[in-house]
Amino acid sequence: MSVTEVEFEARGAQEGQTVANVEGRSQWQLTWRRLRRDKVAMTALVVIVIIVALAIAAPLFVSLTHHGPNVAFPDTGEDAVGNPVGPMTNGFWLGSDGTGRDLFIRILYGARISLFVGVVTTMVASALGVSIGLMAGYFGGLIDTLLARFTDSVLAFPYIVLAIALAAVFGPSLTIILGMITFFSWAGIARIVRGQTLSIKEKEYIEAARSLGAGPFRIMFFDILPNLLGPVLVIATLYIPAAVVFESTLSFLALGIQPPTASWGNILAEATNFYQTSWWYVVFPALALLITTLAFNLLGDGIRDAMDPRTERLIAARRSLRRKKRKAAKSAPVASPSTSTLS
Amino acid sequence: MAGDDNVLVRVDNLVKYFPVKAGGFIRRTVGQVHAVDDVSLVIERGKTLGLVGETGSGKSTLARCVAGLIPVTSGKVFFEGRDITNLSRRAMRPLRREVQMIFQDPYSSLNPRRRVGAIIGDPFAIHNIATGAERKRKVQELMERVGLNPEHYNRFPAEFSGGQRQRIGVARALALRPKLIICDEPVSALDVSIQAQVLNLLADLQQEFGLSYLFIAHDLEVVRHVSDKVAVMYLGRVGESAPKEALYGTPRHPYTVALLSAAPAADPDAAAARQRVILTGDVPSPIDPPPGCRFHRRCPKAQPICATEEPQLVPEGVSATSEANEPVGGNNHLTACHFPVAVGENLAAAGTRELA
Repeated sequence: MSVTEVEFEARGAQEGQTVANVEGRSQWQLTWRRLRRDKVAMTALVVIVIIVALAIAAPLFVSLTHHGPNVAFPDTGEDAVGNPVGPMTNGFWLGSDGTGRDLFIRILYGARISLFVGVVTTMVASALGVSIGLMAGYFGGLIDTLLARFTDSVLAFPYIVLAIALAAVFGPSLTIILGMITFFSWAGIARIVRGQTLSIKEKEYIEAARSLGAGPFRIMFFDILPNLLGPVLVIATLYIPAAVVFESTLSFLALGIQPPTASWGNILAEATNFYQTSWWYVVFPALALLITTLAFNLLGDGIRDAMDPRTERLIAARRSLRRKKRKAAKSAPVASPSTSTLS
Repeated sequence: MAGDDNVLVRVDNLVKYFPVKAGGFIRRTVGQVHAVDDVSLVIERGKTLGLVGETGSGKSTLARCVAGLIPVTSGKVFFEGRDITNLSRRAMRPLRREVQMIFQDPYSSLNPRRRVGAIIGDPFAIHNIATGAERKRKVQELMERVGLNPEHYNRFPAEFSGGQRQRIGVARALALRPKLIICDEPVSALDVSIQAQVLNLLADLQQEFGLSYLFIAHDLEVVRHVSDKVAVMYLGRVGESAPKEALYGTPRHPYTVALLSAAPAADPDAAAARQRVILTGDVPSPIDPPPGCRFHRRCPKAQPICATEEPQLVPEGVSATSEANEPVGGNNHLTACHFPVAVGENLAAAGTRELA
């Protein structure tokens, strides 16, 4: 801690009558401080920022390479027998694909689709799940029974079957993908929110709010919701990669984004025809998918740990254990002056 | 009694049973917890009615029924002569400004995710009284009044000590200038030194705003310090009720005598000279309360009639078998006992025995 409690108090006293200056550290500030010390989570965050930046800057790379995302270059992008060219050949940074298009540019445009689907569905699903979970948990009784059973039936639904059916009836489209993923995501969030609501609504401060005359919706959104934002943020961070994978799965099965529009799923589907001759065609889109989902998952884990005040002690304990081990290892071979104690 | 201007709250024959549901698919009711059973009381304007009793005696349930937080099974609650029993939330709203609560646990009665300013400002927000800068000014006035630093407006409850947190709870209860504050064990979670500060604050506020208190505690000394009238509860019923001096000076119910003798005394000589009445057994289950007097299985003076005939709450000199129902909290010394303890009687000598 950079500012001790005493300094904190003293600072407040110096500033005297300016009232707004004494401000408690919120849960979010504390979480962020802990998260910043988590190297894995911070690396994941940096990776995510880079991926998002690359996706946003995709048109920039198009003007740089002069390779449009859906434009084939039969002269430079294919070798003599019509196979894709490898990485760093003829201005193709990650090689070309089966029809002579720039794989790098297509992966970037695929990232746009993936992130868009992941973020939009997760946001809508979170809003839905929180509302439904709050109502089920707070009101209880018949409302709870109906909503909870509906949630369970959604969780039990075989989504691939529904996806195939919907794609067959309406034809595959981005709207259907967004609807599908949202429909299968909210239920998990609703279930967790319901459980948390059930426990929070028994707290005395909820009774205090009722004794002040607060109505059910004020209690739900002003008193219970602030206590749920942490867990919901964690789940949402973990649902984004799930949605990305879901979208890729649908596109891979030709039920999602349709060619020529690039998506990591349909790039991988096309690449399966070339895996013997062109390794890059499979490896790079798969790596993009892997890195993205891994980064979101690690960040989600990091946020979850940072939310939990107990982990601070855990991390500290682990660190002191490591320090002790290091010290023991150093002092064992040679009795060196212990510089390590300074750290 | 209803027309008496001095009476702020009157409770008539209040009963609150909680159903006990069986587990399983069809949740049928298999029993009832008799939390509060036929309690009548009055709270006078500007006075404090203390409610003592051990855990599970129904004190808090009674308080929540009076505050309109849980529906009552039967009986009536009157506030300033108006029947407020089981009103809808909407109909209850104007009344919320008149009756407020202070809760036992200063750690769970404040939302940990909200800033103190928002917590104390809640009553203003809910009742659309003040907004923006005016609300902030009012909240800071309140904070100052209860002895908090108004500069701590933007802090979170976790940054305060237990006593300070209870002051936040007091400020919140005070915000709407209520006539009655129900204090549900407001100091039992605090250190003794802090208890005195909070109790003195409550006493000052009573003076300043003419508040009435329904003060619940299990600590006899705390209740003695703050109350004008005291009622002792046992297993959902009032056993004895009297003005403070009478109850502590000449207790008549054997349970009250036992309770008083169990309280630690500060003076070691007085403690040594005192006769302890040690009760045996446990408090019976409120799901299946004993017939007759609820205390008879543990009472050193119990006679056969105690197991069959329920004693009524009657003034001194009136037979407990007679029909009487005077609300507690008045000026009379009421006891619900067939064989009340006489002045100077040594209850400890009667010995303790256990009736299964």
